[in-house]
Amino acid sequence: MSINGKAFIAGAYEHPDREIKGKSLARIHAEVAYGALQDAGLSVDDVDGYFCAGDAPGFGGISMAEYLGFSKLRHIDSTETGGSSYVVAVGHAAEAIAAGKCSVAVITLAGAPRAAGMRVLGGGGGRGRGWGDTPEVSFEGPFGPNVLGFYALAARRHMYEFGTTSEQLAWIRVAASKHASHNPHALLRDVVTVEDVLHSPMVADPLHRLDSCVITDGGGAVIVVSPEVARDLERKSVKILGHGEGVKHTNNGHIDLTYTAAVISGKQAFEEAGVTPSDIDYASIYDSFTITVLIQIEDLGFCEKGKGGAFVSDGALESPNGVLPFNTDGGGLCNNHPNNRGGMTKVIEAVRQLRGEANAPVQVPDCQIALAHGTGGTIGARHGSGTVILGQPDA
Amino acid sequence: MPELPVFPPTVSPEAKPFWDATAEGKILLPKCNDCGTVIWYPRTTCPECMSSDVSWFEASGRGTIYSFAVVRRNGGPWRDALPYVLAYVELEEGPRILTNIVDTIDLECGQSVEAVFADTGEGNALVRFKTV
Repeated sequence: MSINGKAFIAGAYEHPDREIKGKSLARIHAEVAYGALQDAGLSVDDVDGYFCAGDAPGFGGISMAEYLGFSKLRHIDSTETGGSSYVVAVGHAAEAIAAGKCSVAVITLAGAPRAAGMRVLGGGGGRGRGWGDTPEVSFEGPFGPNVLGFYALAARRHMYEFGTTSEQLAWIRVAASKHASHNPHALLRDVVTVEDVLHSPMVADPLHRLDSCVITDGGGAVIVVSPEVARDLERKSVKILGHGEGVKHTNNGHIDLTYTAAVISGKQAFEEAGVTPSDIDYASIYDSFTITVLIQIEDLGFCEKGKGGAFVSDGALESPNGVLPFNTDGGGLCNNHPNNRGGMTKVIEAVRQLRGEANAPVQVPDCQIALAHGTGGTIGARHGSGTVILGQPDA
Repeated sequence: MPELPVFPPTVSPEAKPFWDATAEGKILLPKCNDCGTVIWYPRTTCPECMSSDVSWFEASGRGTIYSFAVVRRNGGPWRDALPYVLAYVELEEGPRILTNIVDTIDLECGQSVEAVFADTGEGNALVRFKTV
């Protein structure tokens, strides 16, 4: 069964704040859920499906269903794939709708690590104990594998095998910063140069501070609905054309750091959508670090494996004139990476582009087909990926 | 190079032979008796063929650097150890294992290394590496 054309995104909402004090986690989930429902022109009484991930407080999705006032749920899903969970959830919601299991699905993300004082990604990592029964913990935790280190391992190997340079990675940050300069909500709005990135302090060689994403509070939500529901709404919906997901891990001691699970999720999404990378007008690419973007661009098929460095250079990712306009909200690198989970904002900006509602200077003219891709976990060890391809309602 | 913090592991019943051997300065690896695969991380079910017939053999302790990162920002107990090297070392027997390189930050992928053992005080040791 294909989900192509069987579900639509009817509402999307990104929390406008980047630091949120004095609000509970449940309250932030409520703000984004209601924001997205209002965007769609729907209410809590219309909701019969709820999708959340590990950031939702309480007992799976059940505590939040109660808090939010969803009293007609007949489908629930709390799949956890880290930052990609919300991209995966769009696909799962489309599957459920296509199977007739629900007709109005809400997906939420919220969190407030910045208000809690977090300033370094994985700043406490790691230890030998503390992750309960997680089986790999004693073989990794004792060696201090924080997020910065894990991604630096992937960057180093890519440089070693393919000659990728820090300057090429810096071009990714430059494009994101130019986009963020047009976003009044972005945490970092200053345009940076390649030199700025290269002169920023090393956080884990070969990655610099400006190769890293921001740490922000907030979240977002999207509403996925059936074609029948979408047809009756005044607000423009976008059609879900394809979806894929995948898991990659250390593979019994044979980890290959040069690719991600985007190889798996992207292929499925393109096949289901019936399009190719050259058909994509706009791409939201997960950007925990610059290296994440570069490897995923290769894995999704926008260029050959190993050629990502050349591909992203010289403004190729800048909107509207680059070869592949990406992350026009400024992305996780400059705008927002709420609760260290960037998948939701990837979906939301793709919806904005298809609705023609991106910030004017970075709106892709006549945007017909958009891709949103997420990675959750770490490309340095194990992660889950989700890819969705979205189109105009009449696509 | 600053001393790295030493965290005792949680010793699962299945990985106890591995951890016990580290106290004697040895790396014991599990190997599937049915399909011959070397298993990493240590466990006694084979992820290749589902067998539970697993035995242990001693690895050489030698390997090469598959990749490495020089971590310059971290908090908690790692703050005083900065900068430190996080690495994947490919053992001669095949597995790529996460570890630290303890003697220098001036490294290259492909460089040869050998195991050193950091006593945890709990009857086992962490397997780290130094350049040769």
